[in-house]
Amino acid sequence: MTTCLIVDDSRVVRKVARRILEDLNFACREAEDGVFACKACEEEMPDMILLDWNMPNMSGIEFLEALRKMPGGDTPKVVFCTTENDMNYIQRAIQAGANEYIMKPFDNEIIVSKLTQIGLIDY
Amino acid sequence: MRLPVFDIYAEILKNKSGLSITSDKSYLLESRLAPIAKAWDFASVEAMGTDLQFSSNHKLIEEIVDAMTTNETFFFRDTKPFDIFKNVVMPYMAQAREAQRQLKIWSAAASSGQEPYSLAMILKDAGTPWSGWNLDFLATDISASILEQAKLGRYSQFEVQRGLPIQMLMNHFKQDGDRWNLNDDIKNMIRFDAFNLLDNPSKFGVFDVIFCRNVLIYFDAETKTQVFKKLANQLAPDGFLFLGGAETVLGLTDEFKPYPNQRGLYVRADSVHLKNA
Repeated sequence: MTTCLIVDDSRVVRKVARRILEDLNFACREAEDGVFACKACEEEMPDMILLDWNMPNMSGIEFLEALRKMPGGDTPKVVFCTTENDMNYIQRAIQAGANEYIMKPFDNEIIVSKLTQIGLIDY
Repeated sequence: MRLPVFDIYAEILKNKSGLSITSDKSYLLESRLAPIAKAWDFASVEAMGTDLQFSSNHKLIEEIVDAMTTNETFFFRDTKPFDIFKNVVMPYMAQAREAQRQLKIWSAAASSGQEPYSLAMILKDAGTPWSGWNLDFLATDISASILEQAKLGRYSQFEVQRGLPIQMLMNHFKQDGDRWNLNDDIKNMIRFDAFNLLDNPSKFGVFDVIFCRNVLIYFDAETKTQVFKKLANQLAPDGFLFLGGAETVLGLTDEFKPYPNQRGLYVRADSVHLKNA
């Protein structure tokens, strides 16, 4: 089963994303900011990370930069999922090693579309 | 909706667009035509249908056909046909048309433009193999209003996230508030023209590749057969036809055969591709 870490400081967003991803047969864990996400990745590196940008303690982009330096941190596919919809943010995320980028609000069709593009599901 | 009124709509749609609608889809008539009935000051969709028995209001009929035949689409819909275009069709055509350096493509049910623009982005990103070629890319749809929208190449945040890889959004779009505008170099690759698939397409000439996806599914068997005949006449002997995932030629025409091992890809029955297979 493909594993996923959902990183978002909003419990509601985590719940919605989890429901969509579990319907797609992903095994999900959750983290409420970048610090918790780092710990979760140290314990077990997921196959995919759905990542918010603005979070307390450690932002999504700071986490991504840290992740890509961790042992095995180059393997997870990272999909940003954020309200930041400016092209500058998108470019910065891709340069930092994100594989895809979702602009909130999102729905299951957008998630399916993005996961198909990065080869995690075949739809 | 009373059956006689439903039949009035069904007949109009069949005659004007080929769209075959059965009575279990009366909810679709209600939901899509309610805004038109309101705009034309009819008490209901049923009242509008009753009125159509006694009048032939061309503008109103055009709006009804438009509303019923406009179907949602998105960039790189179904993914696989675009992979096949890139990995099977383009390499073949790059060799087969090298002498004339011309490639003619027809997107026959282009709707709001995502399909032809997806193909144009693939061609653009492929770069060198096509430099100096005359890429003649026609996109048609029965709805003139949806084509006006397509020509703008202007999409919502929701639309650019359904199917479009982020790298292509970065490379080929400019942000304008909450809208995303396709760059002119991609838009200028396509010419749009309103066209009803029931009409004769011979004026467009012969194409190397035809995309006619997710439109025949709405036609009855007889209409499908007629359209296949027209498409066969407009496809080069070694050309390629793409149909939607739920569409087939089986039992409808002998003009086309499936291309081996590539779902949704068809070639003419006398095609060189089948002789080589």
